[in-house]
Amino acid sequence: WIGVLFSLGRRPRGIWSSPRRLASAVETTQPIPLPSQARVVICGGGIVGTSVAYHLAKLGWTEIVLLEQGRLGAGTTRLCAGIVSVAKPISIECKMADYSNSLYEHLEEETGVKTGYVKTGSLCLAQNQDRFLSLKRLASRLNVMGIPCNVIKPKEVSKLHPLVNIHDLVGALHLPGDAVVSPPDVNHALATAAAGHGVQIHERTTVNHVMMEKGHVTAVETDRGAIECEYFVNCAGQWAYELGQASETKVSVPLHGCEHFYLLSKPLPEPLQPSTPVVMDMDGRIYVRAWQGGVLSGGFEKNPKPIFTEGRNQLEIQTMQEDWDHFEPMLSALLRRMPELEVCEIQQLVNCPESFTPDMRCLMGETPGVHGYFVLAGMNASGLAFAGGAGKYLAEWMTYGYPTANVWPLDIKRFGNLQSSRTFLRHRVMEVMPLLYNLKVPRWDFQTGRQLRTSPLYDRLDTQGARWMEKHGFERAKYFIPAGKDLLSLDASKTFYKPDWFDIVGAEVKCCKEAVCVIDMSSFTKFELTSTDDQALALLQHLCANDLDVPVGHIVHTGMLNERGGYENDCSVVRVKKNSFFIISPTDQQVHCWSWLKKHMPDDPQLHLEDVSWKYTALNLIGPRAMDVLGELSYVSMTPEHFPSLFCKEMSVGYANGIRVMSMTHTGEPGFMLYIPIEYALHVYNEVMSVGQKYGIRNAGYYALRSLRIEKFFAFWGQDLDPFTTPLECGREFRVKFDTDIDFLGRASLLHQRQEGVSRRFIMLVLEDHDTELDLWPWWGEPIYRNGELCGTTTSSAYSYTLERHVCLGFVSPPSLDGSPAAVTPDFINRGDYEVDIAGQRYPAKAKLYPFSSLFAQQRRRKDEMELSNFQGK
Amino acid sequence: MPVTSQLFRGFPRAKLWGSSLFPCQRQLPCCPTSHRPTSSQLHPIWPTAMPVRGYRRSPDLHSYNLTPPQVNSILKANEYSFKVPEFDGKNVSSVMGFDSNQLPANAPIEDRRSAATCLQTRGMLLGVFDGHAGCACAQALSERLFYYVAMSLMPHETLCELEAAVEAGRPLSPILQWHKHPNDYFTREAQTMYFNSLRTYWQELIDLSSPGESLGPREALLSAFKRLDSDLSLEAQVGDANSFLHYWVLRVAFSGATACVAHIDGSDLYVANTGDGRAVLGVQEEDGSFSAHTLSNDHNAQNENEVARIQGEHPPSEKKTVVRQDRLLGLLMPFRAFGDVKFKWSIDLQRGVLESGPDQLHDNEHTKFIPPNYHTPPYLTAEPEITHHRLRPQDRFLVLGTDGLWETLHRQEVVRIVGEYLTGVHQRQPLTVGGYHVTLGQMQGLLAERKARASLAFQDQNAATHLIRHAVGNNEFGAVDHETLSKMLSLPEELARMYRDDITIIITQFNPHVVGHQGTWT
Repeated sequence: WIGVLFSLGRRPRGIWSSPRRLASAVETTQPIPLPSQARVVICGGGIVGTSVAYHLAKLGWTEIVLLEQGRLGAGTTRLCAGIVSVAKPISIECKMADYSNSLYEHLEEETGVKTGYVKTGSLCLAQNQDRFLSLKRLASRLNVMGIPCNVIKPKEVSKLHPLVNIHDLVGALHLPGDAVVSPPDVNHALATAAAGHGVQIHERTTVNHVMMEKGHVTAVETDRGAIECEYFVNCAGQWAYELGQASETKVSVPLHGCEHFYLLSKPLPEPLQPSTPVVMDMDGRIYVRAWQGGVLSGGFEKNPKPIFTEGRNQLEIQTMQEDWDHFEPMLSALLRRMPELEVCEIQQLVNCPESFTPDMRCLMGETPGVHGYFVLAGMNASGLAFAGGAGKYLAEWMTYGYPTANVWPLDIKRFGNLQSSRTFLRHRVMEVMPLLYNLKVPRWDFQTGRQLRTSPLYDRLDTQGARWMEKHGFERAKYFIPAGKDLLSLDASKTFYKPDWFDIVGAEVKCCKEAVCVIDMSSFTKFELTSTDDQALALLQHLCANDLDVPVGHIVHTGMLNERGGYENDCSVVRVKKNSFFIISPTDQQVHCWSWLKKHMPDDPQLHLEDVSWKYTALNLIGPRAMDVLGELSYVSMTPEHFPSLFCKEMSVGYANGIRVMSMTHTGEPGFMLYIPIEYALHVYNEVMSVGQKYGIRNAGYYALRSLRIEKFFAFWGQDLDPFTTPLECGREFRVKFDTDIDFLGRASLLHQRQEGVSRRFIMLVLEDHDTELDLWPWWGEPIYRNGELCGTTTSSAYSYTLERHVCLGFVSPPSLDGSPAAVTPDFINRGDYEVDIAGQRYPAKAKLYPFSSLFAQQRRRKDEMELSNFQGK
Repeated sequence: MPVTSQLFRGFPRAKLWGSSLFPCQRQLPCCPTSHRPTSSQLHPIWPTAMPVRGYRRSPDLHSYNLTPPQVNSILKANEYSFKVPEFDGKNVSSVMGFDSNQLPANAPIEDRRSAATCLQTRGMLLGVFDGHAGCACAQALSERLFYYVAMSLMPHETLCELEAAVEAGRPLSPILQWHKHPNDYFTREAQTMYFNSLRTYWQELIDLSSPGESLGPREALLSAFKRLDSDLSLEAQVGDANSFLHYWVLRVAFSGATACVAHIDGSDLYVANTGDGRAVLGVQEEDGSFSAHTLSNDHNAQNENEVARIQGEHPPSEKKTVVRQDRLLGLLMPFRAFGDVKFKWSIDLQRGVLESGPDQLHDNEHTKFIPPNYHTPPYLTAEPEITHHRLRPQDRFLVLGTDGLWETLHRQEVVRIVGEYLTGVHQRQPLTVGGYHVTLGQMQGLLAERKARASLAFQDQNAATHLIRHAVGNNEFGAVDHETLSKMLSLPEELARMYRDDITIIITQFNPHVVGHQGTWT
């Protein structure tokens, strides 16, 4: 079935099979006329598009039309290496790959089409201890999901694979479930199955643009006529960005192509068995699988070649050039790993462009601006492994309004227009592609595409030693390096153990506890919702779980819940005027929250929503002396008696008038948030710093903030909270207006859950017997064990300088006895020996439902005043 | 003794020797007093012990080992690149741009370079200048010569407009657009004097020409060279009220410099050469290889025509003395040069000028010295030899270099290195397996070799730097050797001059899309 066309001087047409053979099942010689209308139009006949069609059909959708500009599976799918591995950086991706694997395994049975599926297993090799640690961490995560995997010694590697040189290995991870397939055949099988379920497939049909009306998809314009439709799915792979730009309302699909090379060899003297495991040598930046008795080996080089920056007309996928000089490092790595291949003859070097996204995760879901416009693209060279699972999730999304798992890390709404610049994408993907195989240590940051959005204080803070991280394009200080510290050694140490900034952040935390610190938190998403009458209040009362009908000047922490009662957003809302609300949300909620609000806003010209994120600089004054500093600057008493917690006042600070001062700090510490119109930012900052001097003021960064909020058991959205977590599960019942009869979104689900009891609970784990100096640090995603039984995973962690212990936050659920979920009881939390598994090593931990009261004693605050907010983003 | 003999092999690299030219002798720590050279002793030794490549034997004097980045920073310190700006994505000029660089051996360096675009007429001027007995003359050439050439090229009307503007005190429209490295400087104090001399020249040009007339490039170059040299001479004779300036003009006139200048206008390439600098064209043959086409003649003892010319200009009685030990009057290596009034003025004039000169002059031994057998001056001229070449599509680049380059590398080698660099960087032949049987191991070896070759070229973004790297660092096999490079570059200032000369290079790349097609446009 593999018809390899290979000739001197002409570009090979494909390595897997000829497209004609593929297409024959679904295309006759005369093109079938396009239907004039359909329910869903899917653009892209690669493995992603066909998977979406297949899953939609399975979920009972009819009138599905799949359009492909060339032949089915003629793009990246035809050229990809055919490895389905679950070794992926985040759990949702592992889940998708796992599902894809089982889907492909049974596809041949279902459709009768041969898919080339061979369960080979795979070996992830570690050349050094740090890599081995990251593999062990991966193993812990896979264990949680029930995916089999074994951490093995180098010797066992050579038992599993005949060619691998193990002399420089420290260990490996064996994933017995991983498989190889022939991607075009899987594509063909999915298409056949979809066609069997009534999906209409049209090849050689190019989508020109998507028509919209009032923010809804209405039709698709193709080179063979228009099709009216309700839904459109952009699975155009490399061309998804351009297709998005081509619609009436531009849809931002931030992805960019890079050339990707792999080598095909002729059969070895002693042909390699098809069942030989796939080898992933990430330190050597290569992967190797058996292919027709020889090997197929590619890699993710340090210096990728971005392509198609100027668009599709630049080059055709079919005419991609081989570049041996570029491949040299990977060839060397291959021969080092498998020296016996030296005598093996070259068949071909394949250049197969892949598309990459700004954060190495795929793009999935409904676009923020246009209802009915869905996207699934940007697979970051794992298209085959993700296509099954991603197609399933997207089909669920379109059917039920949301997938059956939390896909926020993949949600296209995590990006906005700001990530749509071609230059940004070109630069960023050059960092992303090598990152696939880079060692990822806790708290790594992207280095390219930086300094896009900055606070007006950026330069001031930078000269004071700020070290930066980026969130949604915004630069945020991590911590401040004191003058005189050796900067080089600080930047150099990326580690799974105690990081070099430990003492620096410790000093910042101490200052927050004992004196006062300033943190620039301008990155927050800030909306203003106003109306002439009470429409604004009505909308918020419908969307927010907490009661917003509070006196003017009050701040309300509230979740915005979906029908299931899960958090779509977690925000602080200030009632600035009777009919005007100031909504503060996490930084990466800018697009998601906007579209959530817009989606539920009635079409009322009297109701006005504005994104004012850029208008305000936010300074967080944390610490017991914050009130002294502000008092001195405003000649107003800022003591809790005069300015109680969770209040907002417009007042003057220094010369600047109209500063919104709010008595909250997002950390549980006393202090104030200052929302400053940007032109006053520098003035206010300078005044605060100069007046604050005598109170011991200093700059602090987000790492200090994180340590403070985690030791106070504050969850934040995007990390701890997600659309599947309800307020009841994280102990926030007090922020739900159960006592009113207002019908807010999610109320029914919450009432039901209150009745039944929660089956998972957000808890705080304080690590015992963990040596901060010598032991591995927790990060997130570590399994939690109770009495030796797996019961959950952590979602975030930090070192608490007050407790002098590590604190992990995470969810636990009791084992179900009869198949139905069991409710969490206080005994389950309080009476059990908890352990946290860090890279295979278990550390005992004390589980708690409430933070240590001693942490609050010094503040002499009443419990109901206690501010429990949190959404700093990670 | 082995040490000194090796040193002596290095000495003849000086173009002109006189006690003041070798301040280093006195500082040589390893030179035994008994061997301190005096004129009479060394005459027979120096000129004969002159193997062209001999000095390149790596000095085994104590030297420091430089790291590759240190070597690069030395080599790249003076590099400069200019790209002719494109209009509408197209470069309509016949010149794509140039790379230039220089590596000092003297301290301070006595070589100079200039590059400028003529704004009132068309064309680009490029030149290298090799000074001797100090850098003053070469410095003056680098600032002034192109103005003289530009003036000579201007039509009568433009000159009149210029004169009218100066007369009326109106601002002048710029004449040249200079392309200068930050280290290339102008002598600010002398600008007024330079301007006045230039103005006198253009006034004469106006008087001599009639409306609608302008000199052709050949006449213009010739006139400019001769006029500037006579201005240098005149300014020294007249002197200046300002004692600094007076000293300066004398230093210019008593030092000397060769000049090799190219004027490129469309497909017309003119080279004007005075002295032993050289202009070599890189021609790409049909098989892709490069061959050298020399566009200038060296004016030195190796050129029989020059020897004959000089002998013919003086009485037969001087036939044996006028060229001795391959040097003019036994002293000067180039047979044509700017400045060097010691070889041009009568003895009386030299004495008269020196006596009225500023006091600083009397400290300088060299100026008082009269060449031996000095009977019928002038012995030296700045008149250039001019070559015209019509550029063809296969003419890829032009290398202008001072003799420091040509002594170390054969012109064919120079053209090969530059040609491979320019084509290699921009269009390295991609590798394809095709239908051949290649094993992974063979491919790896092949790629490693290509990488090693490329990495050298990729180190340099500048063709001139790449050429200097070869000129200084080539080992016996014609490959750059880091150890050789490091040793040559780490020589202490006072020793560097013995192993190499100042090297100055300008490599101009032609635009194959324009060159050769332009004939049809004009």
